[in-house]
Amino acid sequence: MMRTPLRPLARILEARQKGENPDAIEKENRRLRHEQMRDRTRLQSEGRLLVLGVMFFCAFGVIGARMGAIAATEPVEPRAASTGASIVASRADIVDRRGRVLATNMDTHSLYAHPQQMIEPDRTAKELGKIFPDMDVEAMARRFNDPKKKFMWVRKKLSPEQMQAVHDIGEPGLLFGPREMRLYPNGAIAAHVLGGAGFGREGVHSAEVIGTAGIEKFFDEELRNPAREGAPLELSLDLSVQAASEDVLYAGMKLLNAKGAASVLMDVHTGEVISIVSLPDFDPNDRPNPLVEGNPSDSPLFNRAVQGVYELGSTFKIFAAAQAMDLGLVNPNTVIDTRPPMKVGGHQIGEFKKKNYGQISVSEIIIKSSNRGTGKMALAIGPKRQQEFLRSLGFFDPTPAEIVEAKGGKPLLPKRWTDLSAVTISYGHGISTTPLHLAAGYAAIANGGIAVKPTLLKQNGAQDGPRVMSEQVAAASRLMLRQVVTEGTASFGEVPGYHVGGKTGTADKPKERGGGYYDDKVIATFATLFPAHDPKYVLIVTLDEPVETSGEKPRRTAGWTAVPVAAEMIGRVAPLLGLRPEYNTGQLESVVRIKQ
Amino acid sequence: MRGLLFLLSALAVIGTGYWAYHENYRTQDELDRVDALRRDIGEARERLAILRAEWAYLNRPDRLKELADMNYSRLGLMPLRPDQFGSVRDVIRPVPEIPLEVSEPIDVISTGATQP
Repeated sequence: MMRTPLRPLARILEARQKGENPDAIEKENRRLRHEQMRDRTRLQSEGRLLVLGVMFFCAFGVIGARMGAIAATEPVEPRAASTGASIVASRADIVDRRGRVLATNMDTHSLYAHPQQMIEPDRTAKELGKIFPDMDVEAMARRFNDPKKKFMWVRKKLSPEQMQAVHDIGEPGLLFGPREMRLYPNGAIAAHVLGGAGFGREGVHSAEVIGTAGIEKFFDEELRNPAREGAPLELSLDLSVQAASEDVLYAGMKLLNAKGAASVLMDVHTGEVISIVSLPDFDPNDRPNPLVEGNPSDSPLFNRAVQGVYELGSTFKIFAAAQAMDLGLVNPNTVIDTRPPMKVGGHQIGEFKKKNYGQISVSEIIIKSSNRGTGKMALAIGPKRQQEFLRSLGFFDPTPAEIVEAKGGKPLLPKRWTDLSAVTISYGHGISTTPLHLAAGYAAIANGGIAVKPTLLKQNGAQDGPRVMSEQVAAASRLMLRQVVTEGTASFGEVPGYHVGGKTGTADKPKERGGGYYDDKVIATFATLFPAHDPKYVLIVTLDEPVETSGEKPRRTAGWTAVPVAAEMIGRVAPLLGLRPEYNTGQLESVVRIKQ
Repeated sequence: MRGLLFLLSALAVIGTGYWAYHENYRTQDELDRVDALRRDIGEARERLAILRAEWAYLNRPDRLKELADMNYSRLGLMPLRPDQFGSVRDVIRPVPEIPLEVSEPIDVISTGATQP
């Protein structure tokens, strides 16, 4: 850079000649130089300010633009943040106790139409009619041609073959939406427990699957909860045992011309229901509509084992005997006079076929099934204590089974619990309960006196319920039940190796319109526990209006109907449960010998 | 000296810029791969669910029973009965081979025996 000297010699000399002060020149030059420096610095500063301004503008601009962009766009999940667990949106599976699938989901498609996009509505309707024979072709064509219609459902669910056939029509106005449907691969097996599922809120792209009955409805929220991460719901049922039970019960029902049948197989310690059958049944994949008229209990949807309240007859006698023993009123050998007459509250108490058993012990009362004998024990117990005992066994409330229908199985109890009620209830009349209630009651005798609550979910261990009778009383009761099979009314119930104990019950059916009982319609029940010396399971078999016609006269008692069916069922089911038959223990030979 | 410093810092800026972009692209690729894998997992899970449903459907007790009935002459399958339980004692075990040479018989006398 050219620097101007502060004191240029030429000008200084000139000034000296003129007699001027040369310092003024220097001052002048210094001033000029400072002015130049100032201008340069200003320019530089202004430039810097400009750059800074631009920078700030850009920075704020970027921030503003980013904020705008974030606010205006759809939210996106951060891609990098991996939680590891994936959200499973579909409804959880239901599996049996060994993990076999009872209910699962299938991806399928729904079919809907946009009539305004249709090119050949008439041909489309005709082609659709070929694929779906149950479809009304004319009505469909009319709706396709309606200019006001913008959208309509054609089918809720399509099979892959049907979908391909619809594709092949080549109509752009027919559209598919994805659908998840509930599939019950085992068909009618355990239908009453599973219930069924249908669609809730429906959209084009998805539809809610909601439970409509059974355990699907009871655990609807739970099954739909994404936090389960698809963990299946484990039931206490065993698929193969359930299938075998249904098989045997169905054969028995047909053979004995019964209108319906029910069975409950329950683990006596855990309260787990291993199989629960109600016949006739239905296919939950194609759940029938409820009856609009007539008796709802005639519908296959009706769950006889859980909803059906019946007078279960003499099977109740063991409760009276057990309570009387527990209270110390009697022991198995106490002799009770069962001779007529016995009149309570103005009513004669009779025996089956007007028999007279004479003076017999408590054991024999159970073995021979004497009404008057148990009635006398009930009178000794008294209505109040009887009520308390039956309440502790769960006979007063609907069973806590985890299906929505269980609430409907509320026992029918007498309004006023008189002495007469106590007597009739001691032999199972005047109280209507479900077979599941009876299973829970027998489980308490079988497991040594602990009340259990029946459950349909897999349990980890024995239930810790309240004690309702002493262990000795439970053991004595089991001995009586075993004797019923070895020498009493349930002689057909013997299954070699399994030491079955049980009590039969044959109750006349009450007339629907009231006014007494039918003569020729009964509910035959056999309540069993096996093996009797160390019971693991209780089994209740109930047949509705069975009749055995191999003899001269039709036979309807449980000993001829429910007992053989139960024996066959135990023979089929016990090996499946892994119970090894034992041929040498618990045969009660000594007891048999005393009888001789 | 200053020029060299400028040059070096400029190179460093270019280098780190390149590295940052490179890493960014690699991350994007990995994320794409993760997405693809997730989609695959989802599809596999769907397929698994369908296969499981099919397995359950093909193994439904009713069908197995029908098949067992149809092939009874060949397979002879019957429902499990209590008498089919065996005991370990019933199992016939192979007789262990005796490693003794019995080609040269020896006389056995009971002179020293204490038992009668």
